[in-house]
Amino acid sequence: MTDSVLHVSRDQLTETVAGLRDEGYVSVLDVTAVDYLEHPGRTDLPDEVAPERFELVVTLISHTVPGRTRLRVQVPDDDPTVPTLFDLYPGTEALEREVADMFGIVFEGHPDPSRILMPPDWEGHPLRKDFSVGQIPVQFKATR
Amino acid sequence: MSLAATDEAVRRRDDSAVLRIAEDDGERLEAEAGTSDTSMVMNMGPQHPSTHGVLRLMLEMEGETVMRSKPVIGYLHTGMEKTAETLTYLQGPTNVTRMDYASPLFSELAFSMATEALLGLEVPPRATWIRMLMCELNRISSHLLFQATNGMDIGAVSMMIYGWREREEALRLLETITGLRMNHNFIRPGGVAADLPDGWRDEVLTLIDALPARLNEFDTLLTGQPIYRERLQGVGVINTAECLALGVTGPILRSTGYAWDLRRDMPYLAYDQVDFDVVVGTYGDCFDRYAIRLNEIRESIRILAQILHQMPSGDYRVQDKKVTPPPRARIDESMEALIHHFKIFTEGFKVPAGEVYAAVESPRGELGCYMVSDGSAVPYRMHIRGPSFVNLQTLPHMMQGGMVADAVAIISSVDPIMGEVDR
Repeated sequence: MTDSVLHVSRDQLTETVAGLRDEGYVSVLDVTAVDYLEHPGRTDLPDEVAPERFELVVTLISHTVPGRTRLRVQVPDDDPTVPTLFDLYPGTEALEREVADMFGIVFEGHPDPSRILMPPDWEGHPLRKDFSVGQIPVQFKATR
Repeated sequence: MSLAATDEAVRRRDDSAVLRIAEDDGERLEAEAGTSDTSMVMNMGPQHPSTHGVLRLMLEMEGETVMRSKPVIGYLHTGMEKTAETLTYLQGPTNVTRMDYASPLFSELAFSMATEALLGLEVPPRATWIRMLMCELNRISSHLLFQATNGMDIGAVSMMIYGWREREEALRLLETITGLRMNHNFIRPGGVAADLPDGWRDEVLTLIDALPARLNEFDTLLTGQPIYRERLQGVGVINTAECLALGVTGPILRSTGYAWDLRRDMPYLAYDQVDFDVVVGTYGDCFDRYAIRLNEIRESIRILAQILHQMPSGDYRVQDKKVTPPPRARIDESMEALIHHFKIFTEGFKVPAGEVYAAVESPRGELGCYMVSDGSAVPYRMHIRGPSFVNLQTLPHMMQGGMVADAVAIISSVDPIMGEVDR
C-alpha cells in the first residue's frame, strides 16, 4: 500500500489531473466521496488544507511505473460543485453520476447529470450522513 | 503509447455511441429519436434473461442496427455502502460478500486488506496462502459460470449444463472449506475464518485433475465450432486506448492485447511467488474475451498446483488478541476468554483513524475497497470500486453499428454481475 496522496483544491483539480495524465496515469480507477459531517475533527489533513464537509476522492493508476495516486478535494457544503473529469477521462462518467446521486455533489460540465442508482424522482442523497438509515418514507411512484 | 494521439478517435466514437437521455424523459426521447424517420428508441430489459440480472438498455435502433445506447442500472440497488457504515469490521465481510455474488471471496479480500492496512496488521503466511487458494478456486468457478451463461446467450444451450456442472464441483470444494457454496464470509480482517479441513489436498487435486479434460471438451464444443465463432469473432470490438480512457480493467482490457494484471504487475498476497502467465487477446472482440476467460481457468489450475506444493504451516489468522477471538476450546474453561469473545463479536474492535484504498484482481478486473475510519469500531465510509460498474460503460461503444442480436453476445462478454454494479 504505497499509494501517494495529493490534496488539491477544486480550482486545481482539472489542471492536476491533466498533469498526471501527461505523466502516464492511464486510467481514473475510481471517483467517490466522503461526507465528513459527523467526523469534523479529522487529523489526517495537512495544515494548509481547510477541512470541508465533503471530500471528493479520485484514484488514478499509472502502468509504466505501477502505482496509484489518490487526489483528495475538499468540497464545501454551501457550494457542492466540482468540475467534471469527463473531458480528460470519459470513464469517470458513471462514477461521477454515482457521486452526484449519492452525495448531491454537482459535476459542472458533466454530459449526463441524471441519477444512476436511485429512481429519477428520488429526493435526497442517501450516502450523506444526515440521511438516516431505516425509517425513510417509501418514495417510489407506484406507492403513492 | 501516446494518449493525446488516440484522444480524438476515442472522443468521436464516444459522442456517436452513447445515448444520454434521462430514463424518464419521454419528450426529449421522442425529439432526439426523431433524427431520422426510421430510427426508434427501444428498451431491452430489465427483465430479459440475457441481461444477467436486471440490466436495462435503451437502444436507439435503425432497423436492426444499434446506433446509440445507454445502460440503465440501479434496479438492484440496496444501499450496501450505507449498510456498511452500521456494521463492525468483523461484520463487514458478510455485507460485501453479497455484492459480487459470483466471486464473493474477492470482495471479502479487498475489504480485509483495507482493514488490515488501517490496522497495520501483518497476516501470517498460511493465511495469505489460504486466501490465494480460495481466490483461485473462486476465479475458476466464476469463469466457469461465464462459460455457461455465455454459451447459453449465444445459443449453445448445452453449454449451460456443462458449465454449471463444472462450476458446481468448484463450489462443492468451496463449501467443504468454508461451509457455504456462496457468500462465504471466510476471508476476514486478520486472516481467514477457519483452517483448511482434513483432506483438502486430495479434494483440490481431484478438481484440478478433472478440470483440464473438461476444458478440452469446451474447446471441442465451442472454440473450433464455426457457428460459435461466427457469432463472436469481430463482434463488440474495442481497442486499448478506449479501454484505458474508460477505466476498463480485467479480461476486457486484456482482450485488446494489453497485458495488465494486478497479480503480476502490482502483486498482493503471495502472487510474486507463483508462476503464471497473463493471458491476452489480439482483436478485442467477444471471442477474445471468451478465450481469455477459458485460458485463465487453466492458469488458475497452474497456480493451484503450486499452492498445493508451497502451502506453509502455521497460523491461519493473526494472533493479535485485539482482532482475533480466542479459540473455541478456551471459551469453555476461561471466563476471561468468554468475555473477550463476547466483546469482540458485540462491540467489535477499534481501527485507527485514516483512509486507505486496497485493490485485488477479481475475475472481472480491479476490485478496490476505499475505507475511511474515524477511530471507532465501524467504518466511517466504505466504498467498493466494482469492476463491472465501470466495465458496463463499454457497452455503447461495443454495440454501435452492430445488430441487436449481437447486443446479447456483447453483454454476455462483458460478464457483468449486477449485484456489484448496483450495490
